Amino acid sequence: MISAQLPALQVVVPLLAAPLCLILHRPFAAWLLTFVVSGISLLVSIALLGQILEQGVIDYTFGGWAAPFGIAYHIDFANAYVLLIVTAISTVVSIFAKRSVASEIEAHSQGLFYTAWLLCLTGLLGITITGDAFNLFVFLEISSLSSYVLIAMGNDRKALTAAYQYLIMGTIGATFILIGIGLLYMLTGTLNMLDMAQRLIAVADSRTARTGFAFLTVGLGLKIALFPLHLWLPNAYAYAPSAVSAFLAATATKVAVYVLLRFMFSVFGIDFALGAMPLSTMLVVLGSVAVLSASTVAIFQHNLKRMLAYSSIAQIGYLVLGVSLATPAGLTATLLHLFNHALMKGALFLALGCIAWRLGSVRLGDLGGLGYRMPWTMGVFVIGGLSLIGLPLTAGFISKWYLVLAAVERGWWPVVLVIIAGSLLAMIYVWRVIETAYLGKTKEAVSGTEAPLSMLVPAWLLAIANLYFGMHTELSAGIASQAAMVLFGGQP
Amino acid sequence: MSDSMLFLIVLTPFIGAGLIVVTGNRPNLRETVSVATGLLLLAEVASLVPDVLAGETPGLLLAIPVPGVPLALQVEPLGLLFALIASSLWIVTTIYAIGYMRGHHEIHQTRFYAFFAIAIGATMGIALAQNLFTLFLFYELLTISTYPLVTHAGTPEARRGGRVYLGVLMGTSIGFLLLAVIWTWQLTGTTGFKAGGILAGQASPLVIGILYGLFAFGIGKAALMPFHRWLPAAMVAPTPVSALLHAVAVVKAGVFAILKVTVYIFGIDLVGGSTASTALLWVAALTIIGASLVALYQDNLKRRLAYSTISQLSYVVLGAVLANAASISGAAVHIATHAVGKITLFFCAGAILVATHKTRVSELDGLGRQMPLTMGAFLIASLSIAGLPPTGGLWGKWYLALGALEAGYGILVGVLMLSTLLNIAYLLPIPLRAFFGQSPKTAVQFSEAPLPCLVAIGITTAACVTLFFFPGPVYQLASMLIP
Repeated sequence: MISAQLPALQVVVPLLAAPLCLILHRPFAAWLLTFVVSGISLLVSIALLGQILEQGVIDYTFGGWAAPFGIAYHIDFANAYVLLIVTAISTVVSIFAKRSVASEIEAHSQGLFYTAWLLCLTGLLGITITGDAFNLFVFLEISSLSSYVLIAMGNDRKALTAAYQYLIMGTIGATFILIGIGLLYMLTGTLNMLDMAQRLIAVADSRTARTGFAFLTVGLGLKIALFPLHLWLPNAYAYAPSAVSAFLAATATKVAVYVLLRFMFSVFGIDFALGAMPLSTMLVVLGSVAVLSASTVAIFQHNLKRMLAYSSIAQIGYLVLGVSLATPAGLTATLLHLFNHALMKGALFLALGCIAWRLGSVRLGDLGGLGYRMPWTMGVFVIGGLSLIGLPLTAGFISKWYLVLAAVERGWWPVVLVIIAGSLLAMIYVWRVIETAYLGKTKEAVSGTEAPLSMLVPAWLLAIANLYFGMHTELSAGIASQAAMVLFGGQP
Repeated sequence: MSDSMLFLIVLTPFIGAGLIVVTGNRPNLRETVSVATGLLLLAEVASLVPDVLAGETPGLLLAIPVPGVPLALQVEPLGLLFALIASSLWIVTTIYAIGYMRGHHEIHQTRFYAFFAIAIGATMGIALAQNLFTLFLFYELLTISTYPLVTHAGTPEARRGGRVYLGVLMGTSIGFLLLAVIWTWQLTGTTGFKAGGILAGQASPLVIGILYGLFAFGIGKAALMPFHRWLPAAMVAPTPVSALLHAVAVVKAGVFAILKVTVYIFGIDLVGGSTASTALLWVAALTIIGASLVALYQDNLKRRLAYSTISQLSYVVLGAVLANAASISGAAVHIATHAVGKITLFFCAGAILVATHKTRVSELDGLGRQMPLTMGAFLIASLSIAGLPPTGGLWGKWYLALGALEAGYGILVGVLMLSTLLNIAYLLPIPLRAFFGQSPKTAVQFSEAPLPCLVAIGITTAACVTLFFFPGPVYQLASMLIP
């Protein structure tokens, strides 16, 4: 029965495809494999979500070894939802990658590039699906190492420094996470997250538990790029190849946020995480500062990829604010924004990828008059930008609606103001681009206008998704609220 | 039947915009499409009149993006009145634009007509919104779709104007209006417009007061001071766009939204007695007088008219905040009469620009002999704005004054009278100078604006006068607001 093996296939297919990709080596074959494998993963995650909708949770033991000894996968609404985001984005962006990568990376290293892509996908899916704390760390390392490689392949020499910077910071983060998991293992004697949760109840009031929690939170904070641990992110996104910026921005930090939520809510439990530990206060302060400061910094960026990177840091602030509210409504808003932000940032980065493909630059000053030369590309940017601001009929509006509502319900008016101020700042940095593209002076007559269809189609897919999920929220908000219920219910 | 008609009304301008883009290479066909869409739209809106007069309020659910927050349309007397004004003035404005855009050799004309149509579609959505969410959606769409119109020229000045336009309108709407909408939903669990309001008994007077303030300032299109700067800034736009902003859609959408929120969200009983409303009364009164005073000192004709609009809009806000039957109907009537008056003034200003390239009041001496028709229309429209017979502008002021007396604010009648005097002081000298001033040039010959412009001016001027003698239909709809 293949349907019973879906949890394993979710990880194993991309994992096995990675070395195959290296052997194939030829750019087209490697790309095709990546695309097909991403597509298969997407189908698997849809099938998994279907099973979850039927039976609630799936427990899968690897190789038939029962939980405390073998590695167990535990899938519920929360991670099925994240799996769907990751695989969908990987599929859409891999279509885009073909032409984009061909123009940015030399032919002989493209096989390597797609290998790293598949490994990164494997890592992200593994982190999300696993129910074992150490297994989670291993997948985290797989995804991190492969993403350093992906970033370093950017065609600017600064990409190397950016990747190195990320390597150092990411390793520190991973070390913290490992120490945290180690302390928990010491305390509970188990690595299975379900068991860990049960055994932690008795020993929660110990210094070891608190220290472990602190290490985990800080380590994950680095991976999430939570202010002030975000310093690696702007360079990494700015100098990575266009397709990688889109892929990572839409998935990597999302998965890290999921892990944080999983540990906070499922392993430690909400009473410990947001009650006994002062995390709620910390998150609300850091989240607010992230929204305001990163949005402000974004306004002054000339490199648009950097601008979007700072915008991502601000959006992570929103995610964290939703968590800090410590209510089901707040958590729903966070999970919903996880999904919607993947859509909007994906669309925006793909639009920039098209621009980079045509102009070889994503500096604001080079964009004058681009709205007329690349109307379809700029159309995607406008839709993504409006979604980022949070105008109605876009996915961003739905996020904002849920988030503001959750804050109003809680009576946290300063948070409401922060969210709205962030929206207004987003309006400024988005509109700079739109104004330049449509009202700025064209620099020189460039022949050839639009990006190729294989780049425009995925960009438009995401743009249309932004509009679709601004109108129909049964899938996004529906599953997000189910997932929030699962997380809030305590045990996974 | 009339249910699906609502959807058609919102959809028609968007389809029109699509057709305009498709026919963009053939100007004659493109503009025929534009006018035809306008006529069709007016016919569709008019088909709702019998139902509404019979007291029915057909509605239509389009989608439910968030549980409990539907995207829905519904027609009621005020919305119908607004839709009628906007759709009929759109036709006139299009006719005018044909003359203006060609006479002035404007660029990107297809883009202009297309976004114009989209803006009208958004306006129809505002007029027919069944709830605050739908209203907000189309309100933002209107802001976005008018931005390319405001910045049409693409000059650095237009960019600056566009920035202020967008900054103020979107800043207030996201900063205050969205917050107010979400807060209302949180308090009542609905955002639907309902006769008598939905907020009564749902919150403390303080919260009600804050909410009303958020709505009043959040609807930046009503240009309540200090959020009025976008209107003068938007004067860089081509004149038909100014007409759209000032008469057809944008500012009217603002005051319409305030009226609608007052009547159908708060209910007049809740607004009438509150402290917040007293404070807002004075803000509105200050805006009326302050903007008129500023207008006195503007030499640029369009800027003078812009400040005049700011002042006139606060009449409607005043009517809303006074919150009694007379003042609400006065406000609704004023929306209609100000629309035809102000559109005529802008048409005239644009005609002067096209025919003589003059933009300053001080340059207009003796122009009456060159453009007697235009300046005659300007005179009549000025009277309408000032609220003097024989023009329709009288009736709005009349009922507003009645409403002020009824609410016990005799002093506001004084404000209205003072404003009338100021209107006369800043508007009437323009036609007077044109007719009686000495022209710097010796030989003046008759050379009017292009014919389509004159036709449009003629229609709206006639409407100014007609509304004086036959205000009945407008008043009938307006008086249905408060049974």
